[in-house]
Amino acid sequence: METREFTCIGCPLGCSLKVTLNNGEVTEVTGNTCPNGDKYARKECTNPTRIVTSSVRVKGGKIAMVSCKTKEDIPKRLIFDVAHALENVVMDAPVAIGDVVLSNVCETGVDVIATKSVEAR
Amino acid sequence: MKYDLVIVGGGPAGLAAAIAAKDNGIDSILIIERDRELGGILNQCIHNGFGLHTFKEELTGPEYASRFISQVKERGIEYKLNTMVMDIANDKTVTAMNSEDGMFTIEAKAVVLAMGCRERSRGALNIPGYRPAGIFSAGTAQRLVNIEGYMPGRRVVILGSGDIGLIMARRMTLEGAKVLAVAELMPYSGGLKRNIVQCLDDFDIPLYLSHTVVDIEGKERVEGITIAEVGPDRKPIPGSEIHYDCDTLLLSCGLLPENELSKTAGVELSPITSGPIVNDSLETNIEGVFACGNVLHVHDLVDFVSQEATNAGKNAAKYILEGHPAAAKELEILPVDGVRYTVPRYIRPEVMDDTLTVRFRVGQVFKNCAIATYFGDQLISKRKRPVMAPGEMEQVILKKSQLAEYPDITNITIKIEEA
Amino acid sequence: MYDVAIIGAGVVGSAIARELSRYKVNACVIERDEDVCCGTSKANSAIVHAGFDATPGTLKAQLNVRGNEMMDQLSKDLDFPFKRNGSLVVCTKDQDPSLLEELLEKGKKNGVPDLKIIDREELLKMEPNLADDVVKALYAPTGAIVCPFHLTIALAENAADNGVEFFLNTEVKEIKKADGHYVLTTEGETIEAKTVVNAAGVYADRFNNMVSDKKLEIIARRGQYMLLDKDAGAHVSHTVFQLPGKMGKGVLVTPTVHGNLLVGPTAEDIENKEGVNTTMEGLDSLAATSSLSVKNVPLRQVITSFAGLRAHEAGGDFVIGEAEDAKGFFNAAGIESPGLSSAPAIGEMVAAQVAASLGLEKDPSFNGTRKGILNPAGLSMEERNELIRSNPAYGQIICRCESVSEGEILDAIHRTLGARSLDGVKRRTRAGMGRCQSGFCSPKVMEILEREVPMSMFDVTKNGHDSKIVFGYNKKI
Repeated sequence: METREFTCIGCPLGCSLKVTLNNGEVTEVTGNTCPNGDKYARKECTNPTRIVTSSVRVKGGKIAMVSCKTKEDIPKRLIFDVAHALENVVMDAPVAIGDVVLSNVCETGVDVIATKSVEAR
Repeated sequence: MKYDLVIVGGGPAGLAAAIAAKDNGIDSILIIERDRELGGILNQCIHNGFGLHTFKEELTGPEYASRFISQVKERGIEYKLNTMVMDIANDKTVTAMNSEDGMFTIEAKAVVLAMGCRERSRGALNIPGYRPAGIFSAGTAQRLVNIEGYMPGRRVVILGSGDIGLIMARRMTLEGAKVLAVAELMPYSGGLKRNIVQCLDDFDIPLYLSHTVVDIEGKERVEGITIAEVGPDRKPIPGSEIHYDCDTLLLSCGLLPENELSKTAGVELSPITSGPIVNDSLETNIEGVFACGNVLHVHDLVDFVSQEATNAGKNAAKYILEGHPAAAKELEILPVDGVRYTVPRYIRPEVMDDTLTVRFRVGQVFKNCAIATYFGDQLISKRKRPVMAPGEMEQVILKKSQLAEYPDITNITIKIEEA
Repeated sequence: MYDVAIIGAGVVGSAIARELSRYKVNACVIERDEDVCCGTSKANSAIVHAGFDATPGTLKAQLNVRGNEMMDQLSKDLDFPFKRNGSLVVCTKDQDPSLLEELLEKGKKNGVPDLKIIDREELLKMEPNLADDVVKALYAPTGAIVCPFHLTIALAENAADNGVEFFLNTEVKEIKKADGHYVLTTEGETIEAKTVVNAAGVYADRFNNMVSDKKLEIIARRGQYMLLDKDAGAHVSHTVFQLPGKMGKGVLVTPTVHGNLLVGPTAEDIENKEGVNTTMEGLDSLAATSSLSVKNVPLRQVITSFAGLRAHEAGGDFVIGEAEDAKGFFNAAGIESPGLSSAPAIGEMVAAQVAASLGLEKDPSFNGTRKGILNPAGLSMEERNELIRSNPAYGQIICRCESVSEGEILDAIHRTLGARSLDGVKRRTRAGMGRCQSGFCSPKVMEILEREVPMSMFDVTKNGHDSKIVFGYNKKI
């Protein structure tokens, strides 16, 4: 039996979660106020993931940068790899919200998409 | 120029107020925005976590803003960008200026104040030391990195654990900087818990509670920062100093509503929130001048800004169409025992909406306590809260029907009690 | 070969340069910093003293009173803000009121007009926020306030427009006497001049001692200040000094010409001539000391604090004139308070000495007037709209706290001795000097500097040298 503690990041409540594991299998989650907390705690124990947000340069746009994010969560251990993968990415204006900035980033199967529209200059 | 409604500020508050006013029958609306695009500070908040309450999904700041901007555009609401409001007179004449129109005045029937807030500066914090380059408010650094694409530091110390500071700790780290520490004067964080987890813990950035910056070195660019632990009097404890070789100090030490224009208009401000004192319509002491968003009081979540601004817009529309309700009885809401303030401060039971959300912040961390509401001396409700912290807003919902049962009370009290 | 090389582009060096430019002269000013007004001239009380404080017969007394007299005309000619708000030296109930009489007598000897001692009742009508313990005060109606940046910049611009060359970012390392002239070595270059004027502030002793055996010793005396929001600017309308007492020389509380409230200075002799840092003890002491003369100073409304160094010469008086054993080397040294007040008079005196030494002739083409950066706030709405039509940049507000338009910033960059840094723009236009302390406008001002100078964003600095703001593009640092 092993217990681990987390602060749920699902919403601003920030519930203090206690997870009980048996041979790496989650047996109990306590402290959560909603099902998302349970889900989050199980995931943090087995496969923690995060959304990564960043911004990349735009050529010919009304503004210099376009913000972007991984469309879905990526494994937490790949946060820096995803950030680095965006290092030399440059978009051409116009950019529409949702446009793919980088597909299948770091072989995660997840695209990085624009979170803002940028008109051409 | 004449408009029924002038909205000062095109950030989340101004946008939501405009949409609500339009949807409640006002066609003549002008939003005045000083920046080059609508959306306000959300444009630089590229991280996710916005909109869980409003849209039931997690959006980034620009995405959250874009949903409101689209609604404004769909409704054909007029707006002017790159335009600065220079003055608001108490007769609701708004003077503004931009490069194309020059300086111009607008006679408005109603005004919604939605100017937002600014960050407390190094000067206002009275941090001793040199005044080199490399000291930024977290929001300025955020703009430089996210909007301009420039890195303002390589080795960074952050003072203050407000959300923008925490968010920038992660952001700077992902962009190649080393964030050495976050120091927080208070014994608790000023930011949301999840930001501490996601922005500090994920990257092994230490958070020093009850610590402050006691020296800034470097005459040209920051060369070093010394932090020290503070005692209960918040004065540094000699011998507890920690020195960092670094080139940057970010400050995230609180936000201040920007009410310079409100003051010139004669709007009465609360010394606690630094925002206007308003009634249940979010109307200030000046008839037809409403306030919402961070100019009214600093919020924790933009969702609540949008809700509040929707009410302000709706109430402004009602005022324009129906005029001011006949002088009605006004109750003061008294914040005591840990409740620092409430918005609104005054409530008119006869003219209020069926329900009214009263928002406030607590003055310290409370564990296993309850929020108690009294009508006069009568306890009306007591809601248990496992944790309350100054960094997060709390709320009480008042019902018109319930208030009607107490016609003789003169005030309402909201306080924190033992559970 | 220059006729004159002036070391230091503070208010003194700039005043001397401007007075010298009345003559047919080949002159230059050499300044180690990236802009004029970067040392003592930028961090002081911003006061034009009436002149009752200095010991009669000293240069300080003579030049203070003369400098004060010159300010009205100078502010009109050079278009900088100057206001005779009057000053009060207050005496509290446990202080010796005869000290006020002594000051009054000194003032009369120095030629200060209209001094009088007034009692509490009349005082409160003038200044309702005086501390409860204040019983009397010496009132000097000629006491005044000035913007030290605008004064210095105006003098320097006018000198440059009249032909004086300015070498900024140029530090003099060495001065050697040569055959009938001086050779000044800077980083990698030499400048030759028939005469040298030493207006190097806290470093004036170093340069004097390179050529003269009559050694000077300049002690850096630090003064810390707190500047309060414009909301607090009307807390007092006069400059309120304290009589020296148990707490030392006391601090002043004064409005500034821009409408803020200024509290300070401390007085600490320090070793480090670059020691312009504030300290917790210093700032705390200001709060305590200021309350002796003015009550309820709203210290919560501090928008910034700063420290400046006064160049105190061990002899106690200004050291002005040709060094006895170094012909052609003129000192303007030890210019501590009332240095700002005296600067125009020091300029007059030193320029006359240099001109006599070199036998200079007056230059009939000298133009002694200069227009400052237009402040659109002073215009009517019609005039302002006319201005915006002809130059739309005046319609775009960059600094929201101080309502500074892009037009003013462009003017600051493109005029004579134009701004090249954030602080350069700030001192000329007030962009970034308001309550948010450049939080909102600095990225925009950086962009304007990048475009207009033009310069790389990575070379934009706060105040020259290595005070860079950004290090590189994201992920590339």
